Amino acid sequence: MDFLIFEAPILMVQATLDGILIGILFALIAYGMALQWGVMNIINIAQGDLVILGGYIAYSMYLAGIHPAWGVIVSPIIMFFVGWGLYKLVINKVVDRDLFISILATFGIAIVFQQLMNFIFGADVVVAQSGYGTTMFFDNIITLPHSTIFSAAISVLYAIVLVIYMKKSKLGRAIRATAQNARAAKILGVDTERVYAATFGINAALCGVAGALIAITFTLHPYVGLPYTVRSFMIVIVAGLGNLPAVAISGMGLGVFEEFADYILGTEFRIGSVFMLLVLILVFRRFKLSRKREYLK
Amino acid sequence: MKQKDLILYVGLIILGLVAPFIFPGFKVQLTILCVLIVLAMTWNLQGGEMGYNSFGNILFYGLGMYLCASVQVGMFFPLAEWTESGGEKTFVHTTTQFFQGMGVGLLVAAIIPTIVAGLIGYAILGLRGHYFAICTLGLGIAAGEIAGGIEIIGAGQGFTTPPFPKDIVDPEARGEFFYYLSFIMLIATFVFVKWIYGSRFKLILNAIRDNEDKAEAMGIQTMKYKIVGWMVSAFFCGLAGGIMGGLIGYIDSTDVAFDGREMGVFMVLMAILGGKGTLWGPVIGATLFHFLKEGFWTLILGWQYVALGVLIVVIVIYFPEGLMGWLREKYPQRFGEVIDEKDRKAQVELK
Amino acid sequence: MNKLLKLFITFVSAITLTLIGITTSFAKVEGDTIVLGAAVSLTGKYSSNGVHTQNGYNLAVERLNKMGGVKVGGKSYKFKIIYYDDESNPKRAAQLAERLINQDGVKYMLGPYSSGLTKAIAPVTEKYKIPMVEANGASRSLFTKGYKYLFAVLSPANQYLEVAIDLAVEKNGGKPVKIAQAFEQDAFSQDVRLGILDAAKRTGSEIIIDDKLPKELNDMKATLVKVKAKKPDVLVVSGHTKGALTAIRQIAEMKVDVPMLAMTHCDAAKLSKQHGKNSEYALCASQWHKNLSYKDKFFGGGKKYDKDFTKRFGYAPPYQSAESSAALIVFKDAFERANSFDGDKVRDALKATDMQTFYGNIKFGPGGQNIAKPMILFQVRCKGDKCENKVVAPTKWASDKFYHPIPSWSKRS
Repeated sequence: MDFLIFEAPILMVQATLDGILIGILFALIAYGMALQWGVMNIINIAQGDLVILGGYIAYSMYLAGIHPAWGVIVSPIIMFFVGWGLYKLVINKVVDRDLFISILATFGIAIVFQQLMNFIFGADVVVAQSGYGTTMFFDNIITLPHSTIFSAAISVLYAIVLVIYMKKSKLGRAIRATAQNARAAKILGVDTERVYAATFGINAALCGVAGALIAITFTLHPYVGLPYTVRSFMIVIVAGLGNLPAVAISGMGLGVFEEFADYILGTEFRIGSVFMLLVLILVFRRFKLSRKREYLK
Repeated sequence: MKQKDLILYVGLIILGLVAPFIFPGFKVQLTILCVLIVLAMTWNLQGGEMGYNSFGNILFYGLGMYLCASVQVGMFFPLAEWTESGGEKTFVHTTTQFFQGMGVGLLVAAIIPTIVAGLIGYAILGLRGHYFAICTLGLGIAAGEIAGGIEIIGAGQGFTTPPFPKDIVDPEARGEFFYYLSFIMLIATFVFVKWIYGSRFKLILNAIRDNEDKAEAMGIQTMKYKIVGWMVSAFFCGLAGGIMGGLIGYIDSTDVAFDGREMGVFMVLMAILGGKGTLWGPVIGATLFHFLKEGFWTLILGWQYVALGVLIVVIVIYFPEGLMGWLREKYPQRFGEVIDEKDRKAQVELK
Repeated sequence: MNKLLKLFITFVSAITLTLIGITTSFAKVEGDTIVLGAAVSLTGKYSSNGVHTQNGYNLAVERLNKMGGVKVGGKSYKFKIIYYDDESNPKRAAQLAERLINQDGVKYMLGPYSSGLTKAIAPVTEKYKIPMVEANGASRSLFTKGYKYLFAVLSPANQYLEVAIDLAVEKNGGKPVKIAQAFEQDAFSQDVRLGILDAAKRTGSEIIIDDKLPKELNDMKATLVKVKAKKPDVLVVSGHTKGALTAIRQIAEMKVDVPMLAMTHCDAAKLSKQHGKNSEYALCASQWHKNLSYKDKFFGGGKKYDKDFTKRFGYAPPYQSAESSAALIVFKDAFERANSFDGDKVRDALKATDMQTFYGNIKFGPGGQNIAKPMILFQVRCKGDKCENKVVAPTKWASDKFYHPIPSWSKRS
């Protein structure tokens, strides 16, 4: 326990700012998860590993001498096809089945991804240098690395593009129709198989963007995927499926929570507190729902 | 029929009793096999019979492990000094102290997780389906992360469990002790689970799995039975954890105790591989899995996790009913199912 | 049920037969090879360092075998290592040690990577009285347990950064300093922390920030913000390679000004390469550096080893590889002095080891730790865009002067 943050309230500003900026990134990953959960009724445990893979794509570009910021364009394109391929290979076989099957199957995929990344990129932590500067306020007490601002801005941009695409394009409408009622959409001539593949591809592409941003703002490591999965899962549960503003807000909320937990409980409990929060949210939700059920009775 | 069963059981028990002498080099693996079977069987009570797919049984396993070791140390020496600075100070258990501590430790390791399961059961078991699965996954991982920050049980330094008493000179003794301990636990678990399989309790669990709301409407207090079912699992998981802790000799929060990424998933996978919702399925699944895994180790150095991941995907996609399910489909008569040919044809046509 | 029973019996007997099949393949000294066993991390979180370890072992085996092998009783033997992958998991490591000893019949062991895994394996080797020379388990508690068959060629973890605190006090005109520290929650880093605590007590220094970092660490902003607010004289960070990389990245990003920054694992993290100028002035603890003047007849000196290793594996050897290679040299020496393959005789010979290798002097203390070799500190210094590790302490090998204090970020370009 450490209460420095209360002794120096200016640090709260820092924590809140950091939390909001990182939360936007979480929200982007969560939006991908909400999309494929809503459309295909699948929980993807490999979500976090897709993110990390996307990060490694940006990192490889950095190694090749290209500025890693271009990763936010290249990585989603590659990841879209990875997602598409993954759908054709495995996911299409679990779409209409028990949710638990999808959890376990994607868990298997996550293990394979982790190991392959371990073989290709090594188990060491790597970073992609963006070379972006830092803005300082209040006599260097509060710092805002430009890389985090960049990542938040790109996340917002991608979210907006995606929303417009979902509203306007033909595929976007097909995806939304399938989410509402897959059978009816099929009857009306929507190729649901293609819609599913595209949805999973878009989800993977969003993970790719997020991964490239993480490569610039944080560090990459083959085994850090799961916390990202859990965070996005949590955000989706709180926000509900297909509610983008709520996803954004709960993403930021989670980010701020984490930063404060980090300062107060200590960094060693950060991941633990995220997982504990997940349990608490689920339990809270269960009691809320059961009250509703009694009320309905 | 009855006689054949008897021969089978007696044969297996004799095999289990003499195994460490036939394969003296494999005692540790055999001990782990017993533990794996126990974990798979008790997971099967929820996942298979009750329909609550838990990733969180590892919580009880890890809890049992830490409790057993802490009690074994704490009964005779100050625990905080034992774990301080990565266990620099050396205290030596005498032979009697070691076994007394182990006995009491195992008892505590079984009882406390059972109580914990009872306490959190009401909150957690109210969740349905995948919410339950993810929640228990979170619970297991959170426990590991938090245990890794608690000083008195060694925190990140790990917890070295008391070494086997030096007075017992025979180097084989330690292996034999832990093997027979786990074998006794295995038999106890099997007998208990088999008794459950013949009882009304199992039918209630099945009713919950098949349709919880209807079961409730029939007047079954589902919550009560769900909690009891979970407590049974917790009891044996805690016991298994306690034995494993003593066997490995070194407890690390995330890699040994709350090892959700390995043990937590393995127990699910083993039950599914063998066939969930059957008595023998988890036993066969665990045995097969253990041998596959040991095979992977030597043959594909470094690639075993890729193979494991592929195995998981293949099993859950192509054999979600497991070996027993596959056999059941192939030879339904052997499972005492009578199939009406006409009915079957009609069903096929309907599809 | 009948058929099922038959199936089950077939299943059980098949397994039994395979088991018997495996048990019969036994080995310790087969023909003219001495078989050593090693569980190293080829997958999992320690896999890079595990591979460094394995490469170090392999290079030494190749070299020793080429240069005549081990001469015992007038006959020349060759080394061979049986490897298993311990997946960076202590449970697996302990299990594999049992397997190496019981099923593969290994009579001599090499250590795994990391303190935690060594802690898991040591009780097993001790139980079977198997001599183990380990090169990567530095935790101090390994050497206080009275293990008789464990020998470590490296200096214990608590010595890693103790010198750095002394250096800071010295630069502060002998006055106590304010220390901020952040250590990963794992056996090794926590032991480094113990060393700092000792040094702080000795010098009367005050520890003003004492943070722990999680194993999946990729953000230590909270610690750095505290550092900014409390302005310590020294910041000490240890968390294997991720700790070093994360710290440098965020210190540069947040423009944290601290007069002295001490770390571990800089060379394994390729800090100077990954972070370039941002990593300048970081002070790093190391077991070995190629510029040291130690010599032996197998690898020549440090520079020669560096060259050979780079030629063979395509990257410069971090100290993890060098110490692993040294473990093999120690084993060879012990076998020849014991002139026997008897476990206890080899163990006694190991105990009496007193030699110089390219990696450093080796002489084992009562707990099995190497007491003949000091830790060294190097500092990352840059010329233009090229950054290099320069030895700054102890003075005997120092090629450069220790630069203190670190200029503030506003003055660094």
